Amino acid sequence: MDDHQLSRRPITDQEAQYITRTEELAYELKVEEVMTREVKCLAPDMKMHQALELFRTERISGAPVVADGVLCGVVSLEDLIRCLTNNDLDAQVKEYMTANPITISHTDPVVEALKLFVTTRHGRLPVVDSDRRLLGILTKGDITLGLLQALQKDYQIEEVRRYRASHLFEDIVSDRTSLILRYNIKPRDFVHGGTASSNLKRALLRLGANPQIARRCGIAVYEAEMNLIIHTTNGGVIRAEIEPHQISIEATDDGPGIKDIELAMRPGYSTASDEVRELGFGAGMGLVNIQRCVDSMKLESTWGKGTRLRMKLFMKPENTVGEGHSSP
Amino acid sequence: MNIQELIHLVNGVLLTPKSNLNREVKGAFAADLMSDVLAAIQPEAVLVTGLCNPQVIRTAQMAEVAAVILVRGKNPPAETINLANQEGIPFVSTPFGMFEVCGRLYSSGVKSLERPVDPDFCDCG
Repeated sequence: MDDHQLSRRPITDQEAQYITRTEELAYELKVEEVMTREVKCLAPDMKMHQALELFRTERISGAPVVADGVLCGVVSLEDLIRCLTNNDLDAQVKEYMTANPITISHTDPVVEALKLFVTTRHGRLPVVDSDRRLLGILTKGDITLGLLQALQKDYQIEEVRRYRASHLFEDIVSDRTSLILRYNIKPRDFVHGGTASSNLKRALLRLGANPQIARRCGIAVYEAEMNLIIHTTNGGVIRAEIEPHQISIEATDDGPGIKDIELAMRPGYSTASDEVRELGFGAGMGLVNIQRCVDSMKLESTWGKGTRLRMKLFMKPENTVGEGHSSP
Repeated sequence: MNIQELIHLVNGVLLTPKSNLNREVKGAFAADLMSDVLAAIQPEAVLVTGLCNPQVIRTAQMAEVAAVILVRGKNPPAETINLANQEGIPFVSTPFGMFEVCGRLYSSGVKSLERPVDPDFCDCG
């Protein structure tokens, strides 16, 4: 978390788009989820030498002062030094404590606490409820730990997701189980070009596919997706059927179709516009790339009607998706 | 070589500040044609390119690229940077041209991660 960014200048819309998961968590997490609950407290009528003893034995540099559960002040190292300078360790805590300290509510998001740390330069904040009853204490260290734990939880959720997905084919019993994913591709939608193949690749990895299979499949589908975006009149559909032993993909559209398939398959042949070439595509390598990535490929097209591209990737027994069966 | 050293080598600016700079790159590949990238790049390479649209990042993601270096000090559109952030791909802009960047990488011992051309698909006779 960049404290300066929070305190010194407003976040522009453009920057706001780049908010990371950690920053998101600072808004999601509540103070009570990360604070330390067991707090070493002082009472107003305790002696300052008792405060010194508490700081020393507990290795802390400050403590809240509480009367009947209600927060009435804090003693910091500075307060203690002031007392020592006066050689006044027999004085009562209430004489040297900072009364009415800055506090934070247990229901506030962590990001509010971060702002307070920056603006007040305090090292710790007492956490109170609406009746100013002390519930805990919060340091920057607590926040760091809380964020790390929350990130760890995120990671575990993804792990569980991955685990569940990879057992999908084992848990569902049928004579032939397959998972079908469909993606609708819009014509000329260059901005989202690659989203479908990216999602398909992620799905395959979650399903436990071998990374190389996922990569080959991703590249082939990406080229097919770009072809639909570049060349079709009304866009098209990508349909991927995932089975433990094979992945079958179909990219279909309703036009305009390919005039000469043999010519289209020739490396370097392209009918793409300059606009498309500027995007780094239309080099006439798309279909060649697909052929290289898949185990079987079939391209059918009728000029004026549309095109259907069928691709298959076969998994070797050790590469099967999920844990399940190696052959149908 | 890691991303941090790479940035230093090309006087680069990191456009994705949250990137992991300790990530290692295994080699490099340079192209403006994304189809060439998809056809020939091997995983965990740094991609040197002059192209700055979002397709560069999509391609990088498909090809498991470790980082993208954008040559000639170009300022890519926000969509490209956003996508790089989202996909966790370090995105670096350098004032140097493609030749200079490749030269600097090569003389620092960065190897080519370009797969040789398959003679079956070679069309140059």
